[in-house]
Amino acid sequence: MNLFCVGLSHHTANVETRESFAGHAESDCILRRAGCAEALVLTTCNRVEVYGASEKRVSTDEIARCLAREIEKDAHQCAPAFYRYEGEKCVQHLFRVASGLDSMVVGETEILGQAKKAYESARASGAAGPWLHRLFQRAFHVAKQVRTRTEITRGSVSVGSVAVDLARKIFGQLSKRKVLVLGAGETSERTARALVSRGVTDLRVSNRSSDRARELAGLVGGQAIPFDDWRDECREIDILITSTSSEAPLLTPANLAPMLCDRIDRPLFIIDIAVPRDVDPRVNEMDGVYLYDIDSLQSVAEQSLALRRQQIAAAEAIIAEHVPDFVASISRGWNRVSRTAERSSVADSSPRTSEL
Amino acid sequence: MDRLLLIVSTLCFLAAVVRTIVALRAGIFRTGQFNFLAIGLGFIFQTAFLSIRGHALGRCPLTNLFEVFIFLAWSVALVYMLVGPAYRLSLMGAFTAPLVVLLQGFALIAPIDIRHPVKLPANPWLEFHASISIIAYGAFALACIAGVMYLVQERQLKTRQLHSIFYHLPPLTDLFAAITRLLWLGFGLYTLGIVSGFFTSRPLPRVQVVAAIGIWMLYAAILQGRHLRRLAPKRVAALCVIGFVAALTLLWGITFSAQTHPLP
Repeated sequence: MNLFCVGLSHHTANVETRESFAGHAESDCILRRAGCAEALVLTTCNRVEVYGASEKRVSTDEIARCLAREIEKDAHQCAPAFYRYEGEKCVQHLFRVASGLDSMVVGETEILGQAKKAYESARASGAAGPWLHRLFQRAFHVAKQVRTRTEITRGSVSVGSVAVDLARKIFGQLSKRKVLVLGAGETSERTARALVSRGVTDLRVSNRSSDRARELAGLVGGQAIPFDDWRDECREIDILITSTSSEAPLLTPANLAPMLCDRIDRPLFIIDIAVPRDVDPRVNEMDGVYLYDIDSLQSVAEQSLALRRQQIAAAEAIIAEHVPDFVASISRGWNRVSRTAERSSVADSSPRTSEL
Repeated sequence: MDRLLLIVSTLCFLAAVVRTIVALRAGIFRTGQFNFLAIGLGFIFQTAFLSIRGHALGRCPLTNLFEVFIFLAWSVALVYMLVGPAYRLSLMGAFTAPLVVLLQGFALIAPIDIRHPVKLPANPWLEFHASISIIAYGAFALACIAGVMYLVQERQLKTRQLHSIFYHLPPLTDLFAAITRLLWLGFGLYTLGIVSGFFTSRPLPRVQVVAAIGIWMLYAAILQGRHLRRLAPKRVAALCVIGFVAALTLLWGITFSAQTHPLP
């Protein structure tokens, strides 16, 4: 039995090409049309891959034709974008994919869930049998080890999630924290939503246009505050997200100092995503105030990504431990199956011999 | 035999330190059970050492600078075992172990284990005063360690340079709450220690009393500043470090003068 993987990903194909092959063939369809013993299709926004087990070789073109939306045309034009891994290389590739090492954002964990979902779907339809079962179970085990034994998933790599992570590092639980969104732009809406998803319940929105403030407050389950009152709110709140179109800074050390005098033991986290900035950078020098503008959030995201990249070698080492072990175990299993098959074929042929 | 127990105990704490350093250098730090287990094991050997020494002396083993250092290291480990897991400050073990290694390493290397020529008579009040004061120092040491953790994290947040360790530190507000509780615990025990000192029926050297009250006032001022919201958390954390260094200096002074000028 031969394990193989045929597919294309963000490394080899652009989004248009990937679109042409995504979501058009289920695992059981590949099984029927390409003639594999077992097959599984893994489709994400960054990759379309077919994992299969077959006794005879199934060509890459055949798999590509099964996946293509417009038969012949796309498959033929995009043939160079397809890669193929067999045996040990296929095992290694899946382990890397499941661990997030092959992802566009190194260390992202969404891929593991997507792989599990693809496996469940193939298993339910009967397209995945014992060989793919063993391969994928080991891949999930390896991915878990990579996640727990390295820092590959550490830190956030998008601006919104960095802001939320920093808020949690400052305040711990966010459920009792008060948040003011100043300026109802798209980025502040995303950040506010991220905070709400992490448990924030007390959210206030203030905007020059009160209609837009009410609209955003309605969307995120917050409360609209008149724009003239936002300074008073600063005495109470813990997190300020600001993204107004003001030309001059709204917050300076001079006007923030009086607001802080009653809250010396409570930190204030300011996320300034406005360009030009709404908050004077010198505010960050004040005790208990943590100011992050769009560049510093981006810089933290890049640091996290760099930290993840440093962990690639450690993750590859874990995978390297598992690949030969898995290949050896699956070979032993294959030999057992072959011997059983031989014995049963000898038993079947015995009566015929006696007939002769 | 008893020194061997102490060496094994020091090695346990050293294992926690080495593991932390290796993990941090590799950029992989896990707040797992290893540090807690290593410190727990080290604590058991410390306790065995103090127990054997106490039986040999027939009193609480606080008769010279060597024993005071070991008792202090034991108190630090004790308060960590009580407080660390409760406040989910598992990383505190990584900061606690080096302090214990320093205290015990110094005690083992320096020629300070000088036995008294005559067996000292038992004095329950004096033993209570000395032991409770040193446990208070243990709480102050932990407050100092939590203060260092706070300052490290605060600095990284301000400079926006987040290292691997940042992701394992407890949130700032949790750390500050732990600092406050440790300060109250240490302050309560220290007050008890000072008050019990007046019942020891021994003449107290004026310099020691003044210095001890000075330390008490310093911690009282930190707690007052915290209570009245006059001190920012960063300053409280920094004062915890300064306070502990001052307290440790005083402890050294008291024990050293007691050894060089023993009271009748």
